[in-house]
Amino acid sequence: MAGYNDRYEVVIGLEVHVELHTRTKAFCSCPNEFGSEPNTNVCPVCMGLPGVLPVINRTVLEYALRAGLALNCEIASFSKFDRKNYYYPDLPKNYQISQYDLPLCRNGYLDVAVDGGERPGARRIGITRVHMEEDAGKLMHGEAGTDYSLVDVNRCGVPLLEIVSEPDLRTPEEARAYLEKLKAILEYIDISDCKMEEGSLRCDANISVRPVGSTVLNPKSEVKNMNSFRAVQHALAGEAERLSAILAEGGQFLLETRGWDEASGLTVQMRIKEEASDYRYFPDPDLVPLVIGPELIDRVRSELPELPAAKQQRFMANYGLPAYDAGVLTGSRALADFYEACVAAYHDQKVVSNWVMGEFLKLLKAHNLEVAASRLTPSHLVAMLKLIDQGTISGKIAKTIFEEMFLSGGRPEEIVKARGLVQISDEGELGAVVRQVLEDHPGVAEDYRNGKEKALTFLVGQVMKATRGQANPQLVNRLIKERV
Amino acid sequence: MKLSMEEVEHVALLARLALSEEEKERFGAQLSSILEYADRINQLDTTRVDPTYHVLPLQNVSRLDERGATLAPDDVFQNAPDRDGSYFRVPRIL
Repeated sequence: MAGYNDRYEVVIGLEVHVELHTRTKAFCSCPNEFGSEPNTNVCPVCMGLPGVLPVINRTVLEYALRAGLALNCEIASFSKFDRKNYYYPDLPKNYQISQYDLPLCRNGYLDVAVDGGERPGARRIGITRVHMEEDAGKLMHGEAGTDYSLVDVNRCGVPLLEIVSEPDLRTPEEARAYLEKLKAILEYIDISDCKMEEGSLRCDANISVRPVGSTVLNPKSEVKNMNSFRAVQHALAGEAERLSAILAEGGQFLLETRGWDEASGLTVQMRIKEEASDYRYFPDPDLVPLVIGPELIDRVRSELPELPAAKQQRFMANYGLPAYDAGVLTGSRALADFYEACVAAYHDQKVVSNWVMGEFLKLLKAHNLEVAASRLTPSHLVAMLKLIDQGTISGKIAKTIFEEMFLSGGRPEEIVKARGLVQISDEGELGAVVRQVLEDHPGVAEDYRNGKEKALTFLVGQVMKATRGQANPQLVNRLIKERV
Repeated sequence: MKLSMEEVEHVALLARLALSEEEKERFGAQLSSILEYADRINQLDTTRVDPTYHVLPLQNVSRLDERGATLAPDDVFQNAPDRDGSYFRVPRIL
């Protein structure tokens, strides 16, 4: 690992907040919507006006149970809501409804493989707890020098799950892998949009460093303000390095909160925690306790979809895919569904996997698109693969066609026709090109006669160039060998 | 149980109250007497009593995930000391 010393061990725990995509807020019937006009999705309950009565949205409970079960947690048979008290302008009630000593879910785990699936279940990361709470509003600060802030309370009362891991993560890469796996699961069980850039998935990290072999937990830094998985990994790597340097110099750790600054690639101190936070939690008298029976748990469990780990195993068993392929393809439910729709109509599962993992993911990434937003459909891909099998197009031309299908949503047969991309398999036509290439490069032809294999590659390349990639490569190889 | 002056100041800070020296003395004494009363209750043997999480004999009161009415913009800002367009405007604290 770049930079830090092998003598030190990094200890990381992550706290993830995820917004649930219910229709309404957690404790009132206001719309739960992102991007509305400020202060329009509000009512006396979420504005914290006196005399109101919050009531829990049962879909929030159901989603929380889904998450708890998908993360292998124990579900509490008795749970309750508490008030977490603090003063801040984005919190009109001056307390957040949360869960303190009796959270809904505890003692779960998530199996994480850093290498993207080569060794499924390589490391088991403990989940301390999953609890329900409400989001706060949004504050916008005026420009520097102004003395006011603007408040939008639309987000107040939006349901959140807080998912806390044990300090089991040992590297920044592992922390990222944990987040990716967690996001995939939350998407599979369809409880959140999980968009970090819109703030529907947020991550805070606790990190400390200790000598290898030690079991003490040194004072930790709490790192905030990371708005992508990449940022989490980079911020933790930077912070691990900084803490290792302090340890190496025999310096003192501070219990501090640091913000990730994307521009400088450094964490910056926000505040030093002089004392434990004093939130004066107490049971919320407005909300009555939750008693969770086995019937409810059994029903929610039976309705869970196939989860990424199980799907990966099934892809390996049913389609004969390597663990790596199966891991990538099941990384999102939409991608896995796309793949399965293709292999339902095409015989070679590994070929489909190569196209989906290669060209498809590359183009999605380049255009910053989700699978669902892509214009390419499984039936387009299958039709294109059949054109290759029939010899109508070469594998090389197929890449061009694939990209065009991706961009335009057109069918491959039409693209081939419109752009004249049919593979040249006519011996007479190709023979003429081969003859010309051999005449133009007599020295290279001589090299090949003398056993230099690389010369053949060059000659084939020249023929492909002359035919704009449309020559049938097998035929070109044969013709050159025959004529040299 | 007598609260120390530091404890009184800490509680005042948490409640965002600026207290004068005289008020710290007065409220400190009142808070101490409340705690003394709690101490008396604490002397009861409750080892065989389940904790009371709620005083009402109710559980699982929930609502369907269905939209209801929201406040009209004029009502939203009716009690606001200051606003800026569709935002509440508050003193800056960061």
